[in-house]
Amino acid sequence: MENEKRYLKLSGLEPLVITPESNFINVGERTNVAGSRKFLRLIKEENFEEALTIARHQVEGGAQIIDINMDDGLIDGKEAMVKFLNLVVAEPDISRVPIMIDSSKWEIIEAGLQVVQGKCVVNSISLKEGETEFLRQAKLIKRYGAAVIIMAFDEVGQADNYERRIEIAKRSYDILVNKVHFPPEDIIFDLNIFPVATGMDEHKRNAIDFIEATRWVRENLPHCSVSGGVSNVSFSFRGNDVVREAMHSVFLYHAIQAGMNMGIVNPTMLEVYDDIPKDLLERVEDVMLDRRDDATERLLDFAETVKGTREEKKVDLSWREEPLQDRITRALVKGIDAYILEDIEEARQAVAKPIEVIEGHLMIGMNVVGDLFGSGKMFLPQVVKSARVMKKAVAYLLPYIEAEKDHVSSSNGKILMATVKGDVHDIGKNIVSVVLACNNYEIIDLGVMVPPEKIIDTAKEENVDVIGLSGLITPSLDEMVFLAKEMQRQNFKVPLLIGGATTSKAHTAVKIDPEYGQTVVHVNDASRAVTVVGDLLQKERKDAYKIKLKEEYKIFREGFSKRQRVKEYLSIEEARKNKFKIDWKASEIVKPKQLGIQLIENLDLEILKEYIDWTPFFRSWELHGRFPDILKDGVVGKQASELFEDAQQLLQKIISEKLLKAKGIFGLFEANTINNDDIELYFPPLSREVSEEKRGIFRTLRQQSKKAEGRPNIALADFIAPKDSGLKDYIGCFCVSAGFGTQELAAKFEKEHDDYNSIMVKALADRLAEAFAEYLHKEVRTKHWGYAANENLSNEELIAETYKGIRPAPGYPACPDHLEKKTIWEVLQVNENIGVTLTESLAMWPAASVSGYYFGNPEARYFGLGKISEDQVADFAQRKNISLTEATQWLQPNIAE
Amino acid sequence: MHSIEKLLRERILVLDGAMGTMLQRYQFTEEDFRGERFKDFHKSVKGNNDLLSLTQPQTIAEVHKKYFEAGADIVETNTFSGTTIAMADYDMQDLVYELNFESAKIAKQVAEEYTAKEPHKPRFVAGALGPTNKTASLSPDVNDPGFRAISFEELRIAYKQQAEALIDGGADLLLVETIFDTLNAKAALFAIEEIKEERNLDIPIMVSGTITDASGRTLSGQTAEAFLISISHIPLLSVGFNCALGAKQLTPHLEAVSSRTNLAISAYPNAGLPNAFGEYDESPEQMGKQIEEYLQKNLVNIIGGCCGTTPPHIKAITEVAAKFSPRPLPKIEAVI
Repeated sequence: MENEKRYLKLSGLEPLVITPESNFINVGERTNVAGSRKFLRLIKEENFEEALTIARHQVEGGAQIIDINMDDGLIDGKEAMVKFLNLVVAEPDISRVPIMIDSSKWEIIEAGLQVVQGKCVVNSISLKEGETEFLRQAKLIKRYGAAVIIMAFDEVGQADNYERRIEIAKRSYDILVNKVHFPPEDIIFDLNIFPVATGMDEHKRNAIDFIEATRWVRENLPHCSVSGGVSNVSFSFRGNDVVREAMHSVFLYHAIQAGMNMGIVNPTMLEVYDDIPKDLLERVEDVMLDRRDDATERLLDFAETVKGTREEKKVDLSWREEPLQDRITRALVKGIDAYILEDIEEARQAVAKPIEVIEGHLMIGMNVVGDLFGSGKMFLPQVVKSARVMKKAVAYLLPYIEAEKDHVSSSNGKILMATVKGDVHDIGKNIVSVVLACNNYEIIDLGVMVPPEKIIDTAKEENVDVIGLSGLITPSLDEMVFLAKEMQRQNFKVPLLIGGATTSKAHTAVKIDPEYGQTVVHVNDASRAVTVVGDLLQKERKDAYKIKLKEEYKIFREGFSKRQRVKEYLSIEEARKNKFKIDWKASEIVKPKQLGIQLIENLDLEILKEYIDWTPFFRSWELHGRFPDILKDGVVGKQASELFEDAQQLLQKIISEKLLKAKGIFGLFEANTINNDDIELYFPPLSREVSEEKRGIFRTLRQQSKKAEGRPNIALADFIAPKDSGLKDYIGCFCVSAGFGTQELAAKFEKEHDDYNSIMVKALADRLAEAFAEYLHKEVRTKHWGYAANENLSNEELIAETYKGIRPAPGYPACPDHLEKKTIWEVLQVNENIGVTLTESLAMWPAASVSGYYFGNPEARYFGLGKISEDQVADFAQRKNISLTEATQWLQPNIAE
Repeated sequence: MHSIEKLLRERILVLDGAMGTMLQRYQFTEEDFRGERFKDFHKSVKGNNDLLSLTQPQTIAEVHKKYFEAGADIVETNTFSGTTIAMADYDMQDLVYELNFESAKIAKQVAEEYTAKEPHKPRFVAGALGPTNKTASLSPDVNDPGFRAISFEELRIAYKQQAEALIDGGADLLLVETIFDTLNAKAALFAIEEIKEERNLDIPIMVSGTITDASGRTLSGQTAEAFLISISHIPLLSVGFNCALGAKQLTPHLEAVSSRTNLAISAYPNAGLPNAFGEYDESPEQMGKQIEEYLQKNLVNIIGGCCGTTPPHIKAITEVAAKFSPRPLPKIEAVI
């Protein structure tokens, strides 16, 4: 066990362990009313919101601890401290670092310690008021679990020379360690940093005494730390930042060597020690180390000459001086398109034929990108940005190439990509296309909702090397099976790639692979797509690879069907007997405040911003991790942050320029369950254009797998009171979309060869639609239905689905059949009212749409239907009055073998 | 030196499994919960499991017995909600002292019975201090992030009362558990330190946090290591995690603390993750297998079960634990 070394360990939401190897720990002091005039003003004005942003900036700027101080005559310090800390604690991006509770008043310190969960630092206590008070405070600090800063101060006064500093430090340390049993590693000394070069002789040794005392303390008082406020030392040079910055670095350089390991330093007021001009350095060191009697005068004289001769920092454009190929490669790797056209023009003039620029310069660059991506040193969003540069370059060259009229395709292969009939989702497909294109494959992208005949015909005409099919909703699975059969029938030879959220290796192996004698591969991420396609088209090894794949899927299939047989199923009748039982007499049914249908036209997207769940957004870019932690992730954090920033910018643009439109509709109705599994809903008389007699019926599906004793076979209908209970119950349904305008905006970006933003728009629209669903559900719970009027949940809690009641969506685990969408569309007249339509596979168009039901019963919960048996399919067909074939087709993915 | 500290260096100790899961099986009705004494109580008390220590004491004793029988070295008192704060839901704040006292007494009696029967395997009672139903560093109101429904001071007072009653009733150690919010736990630890000082007694303390999701954080947002640092100022017998996750999901978090402390490590996970109905269905064999992985990795000193675990789970765990030596702890001298 390499642990329990006596290191100073602090914590916010995250740990901060200070070891001898740690760099100097920087304490942020802008949240100190004595240190920041702006902060003081904001606290006085009770503008805590903005005061928080100061704290946030400090943490973002690299402060590892934040010092919070509210000591001001015009502020109720205790109240302000507690209020501000409570707010800080609620901001994970601030409270991830430990907090330094800074006050000269014990009651403020104690109030602060009572509201912070992490291990804080108390700043500060001292022997000023005598040993008894010191003991009492130290004991409480230990019990609250904080580290402490001890000021070099005692009953006599503040230590201002070497001897007094070590005398007070030693005495304090002994009391703390021996009498209070305070952990020595939790003791931090502030040995008083005082100004030098003040012109007074007694101040001459201020810096050197501090430094020497620091050395003594670190050598003689084991495990403790030394801290201090650095800017004090240069106090007499206020207004001359050049000198002050040099003084700070010189002071730190020596103090850190002596053992000062933390402190308050303004990072913008610091020069790099090695960059201080020699003559200035010499004079500053003379002052700091008290090396000559006239040190102060010499520095003052020198200071006059350096006042304000600072140079502006410039953007580093030195790479523009490098050779042409390096510039092009760099532009591709970094995704910089600012100079690409001039570089490409230069390249074009240097070669015999324009095509050579693509085959030479650009491919060399893209190979670097490919290698970096393949070895995990670049991430997907960067590659898509590289592609944007590539596309611009190619678009520039095309007219020249066509003018030469001899352009021969020199790509690695031709790949047809399509989202299958009835399906509208294409983010994943587009990403795979872009990445493949980066690897010099020619992509023929047929877009979304592509009928099988078009895929087949295009594949033949274009003589493609690989066909890639994508789909997100379950009916697409059948489309893919159909295509595989068709390819077999027409004697195709090319490999078939399968991808998309709903696809799986299992489905591919069990359902698609057997239908096609050639290779079928399931590929669910872009980086794998490159390797797989590469192997499939590699001349020497491709046959062996294909045989291997075929064998792999066969084994997988056999293993899968073996596992499948183990499950036992109840008959639908037995399953109904074992339904999820709610004690309806005791159950609290809340009548919605507003029955009937309501329309939301043009919702302000600004409202939706805070409801966005960002985690899936990163997933769609193949960056895996939870938001916001992903932004700080060791591996993908930088990329995630850049992507997030780009997303924020585009989102802001979308919102302010109203580039997308959000519309929604929902209804709340009286309803009862009939015949166990059906939910009958009654339109209220208020509803427009619908006669009072009108009834709608939602058919639900019931779990049929045999459950452990005491566990129910659940169906959504179980959450609504049955008609024979005589109780009035309620149900809701909704459809929201944030997709209006997506297509146009994406097309505009594509025209500018900007796949990055085209994909981004779609990903954002999806997030907004989900956010809309989340927002509307909350509005329904708290207002329109009102059964959870007092609910108060954070976005994290909403994402974690901790709310009461559920909003299951057709096509998702609780109700995997898409057919019921048709009922929702009928009931709400969705198409007529907001213009969201259903494709033949019952995908919603625009794609960024969400629809579903609302169940308000507190016992309603999300569940997965699992597999069902043939008898329920037959029963469902009968109830729904459709043919068994049709029912089987729709429910296929859920029918047990 | 407490005998439990010595024992921890000799073998892996086993904590009991879920009390709630066992009590559910009795399917007590409102009347059963009330018993004779509370038959006219003005509020429904069904679901107040802690109350069963007064109204169905023989059942509580029976559950403790079953766990001792299955091999547990330590059982937890039936006092998960035994604070004035949590009992406010039932208007039973006035009963808090009695509930804790009686719960500790019942467990202690059963423990002594088993210790007498098997002197080579002494049994212990851990007085359980739950998280309460309020959090001191989180606001329940999303629109008012600075609001707090409970203060440190209120928590300190409530925990102090509970801990005193548990000690009076005979608890051998105290277990601050299922910690969602480290600040709540710090208030409990603060209270216990006060009692220790006032009574001049040294009672071993176990601390067990709860990692609430896959991101590896407590509900109040701390990482496992930050949590460890935040509670290490008090002398503890052990630190670890329980609830929310199954044994498998808990592994990385145990590794995170195990490599960073010389304290004993405890773990009592749920029987897997809850299924769609909020039930736990990891079998004793499955759980035993997971636990075996902890032991192979030398991660723990005290091991038991939380939600969904039953005597067969504890039996499986006991059998696995017997096969391994405990995670090494520093020599006793170093602890004192």
